[in-house]
Amino acid sequence: MVVTKHLLRAIAGTWLLIGSATQAAILPEDRADVMYHGYDGGGLQVVGPSVLVRKGFKDTVSVWSNYYIDMITSASVDVMATASEYEEERDEKSIGVDYLHGKTFMGLSYTNSEEDDYSANSVRFGISQDFFGDLTTLGISYGRAWDTVYRNGDLNFEEETTRQNYRVDFSQIITKNMIVNLNYEGVTDEGFLNNPYRQVRYLDADSARGYEYESEIYPRTKTSSATAIRALYYLPYRVSLKGEYRYYTDTWGTNAWNVEFAYVHPLPKGITLDVKYRYYSQTAADFYSDLFDRQSAQNFLARDKELGTFVSHTAGVGISYEFKPGWMPFFKKGEASLFVDYIRFDYDDFRDVTVAGGNAGSEPLYGFHSIVTRAFISFWY
Amino acid sequence: MKLPTVARIVFAILLSVSIMGSFGCSVMEIKPWVSPYERNNLADPIMSFNRSPVASAYLHHVYQAREGARGAEGGSGGGCGCN
Repeated sequence: MVVTKHLLRAIAGTWLLIGSATQAAILPEDRADVMYHGYDGGGLQVVGPSVLVRKGFKDTVSVWSNYYIDMITSASVDVMATASEYEEERDEKSIGVDYLHGKTFMGLSYTNSEEDDYSANSVRFGISQDFFGDLTTLGISYGRAWDTVYRNGDLNFEEETTRQNYRVDFSQIITKNMIVNLNYEGVTDEGFLNNPYRQVRYLDADSARGYEYESEIYPRTKTSSATAIRALYYLPYRVSLKGEYRYYTDTWGTNAWNVEFAYVHPLPKGITLDVKYRYYSQTAADFYSDLFDRQSAQNFLARDKELGTFVSHTAGVGISYEFKPGWMPFFKKGEASLFVDYIRFDYDDFRDVTVAGGNAGSEPLYGFHSIVTRAFISFWY
Repeated sequence: MKLPTVARIVFAILLSVSIMGSFGCSVMEIKPWVSPYERNNLADPIMSFNRSPVASAYLHHVYQAREGARGAEGGSGGGCGCN
């Protein structure tokens, strides 16, 4: 019973390494990564492995594959309000091929994601080109996804969703120490876009607690636009600084923006230190409410807190250790890494109904923090 | 369907670059103001927007699950599975 941001599932997978398309003149390096990932916060635990392998052939073709598993245990505030804790697994498989011809880079990929109540398939094609003495790289890509939504315990429930992604990447070398990237992505969805389990609450004087629940109802179309600008600057003592600003808007009325600053500092003996901070802010969708005035108050109803008004702060640190795996001469080098991020979420219009007492609509506002862990080992060959 | 303003701006940039490209070699061979031999710093792995693809993919996956925004994450993502 997972289907939360299902509309995002198939979007993302095929992007895994396509970002390298912004460096059009060379293929990505041959490497393998084995990662353990963990998420713990707000009553939700997600752990699992991810294995990513990439291999090039004759400097013109590079193929890659990723296998990824989420093992989920959820007792989040949404779940505990109307249901009980559950466990689930999601498996995602991706394959892709990149082709380099002169200064033109092309990538094609396919992703499949499966869980017991959701199936997603997506394909993506991208092309990028270097211009102006390789100072400028322009890339465009198109993706399409087909999802099927089920509902556990209801064999008659089956809904479809289709999605299209359009993306433009523009990278520019500004000086010998600075590069800037401008990125736009438009996404259109059509079909069943809400969660078949999630419910909204409305005031009900006949109820002892003062409110009751009914199923959420979302529009069957959505179009979103996200634009981001990023810059990397190289300091004289071999340190890089990264800055990012992203703005997002969609036809459901949600507007969001975030800024991020990152610092990467190599230290002696093959150690590299990463530090970063990110701030995110969003406004609620037009049809979102924590507590509707009455049953069926409007055409569309949402109480998904991810569609509410909130801010989040992320602080992250990472440490990597590069080594020569002499005991495995096939590998040129290896790197062991540990990244940990702390994320704090504070909601402006989502109340914690699991707190007993008080009148409907006067419960405390909800907030929580999460710890995101990624421990991985990488080999280049 | 009418594209949002940002989309029109971005596609205008794209179109401009394409038109410049269509003028041929005279434009395409503009002398680069950063020569290839001056790009050592830019080639350093710490100057990558996506230095650890598998790790950044997972963090974007978390953001996508917890936030309303989507897209333009900078070349990585990673599915979902979070409620």
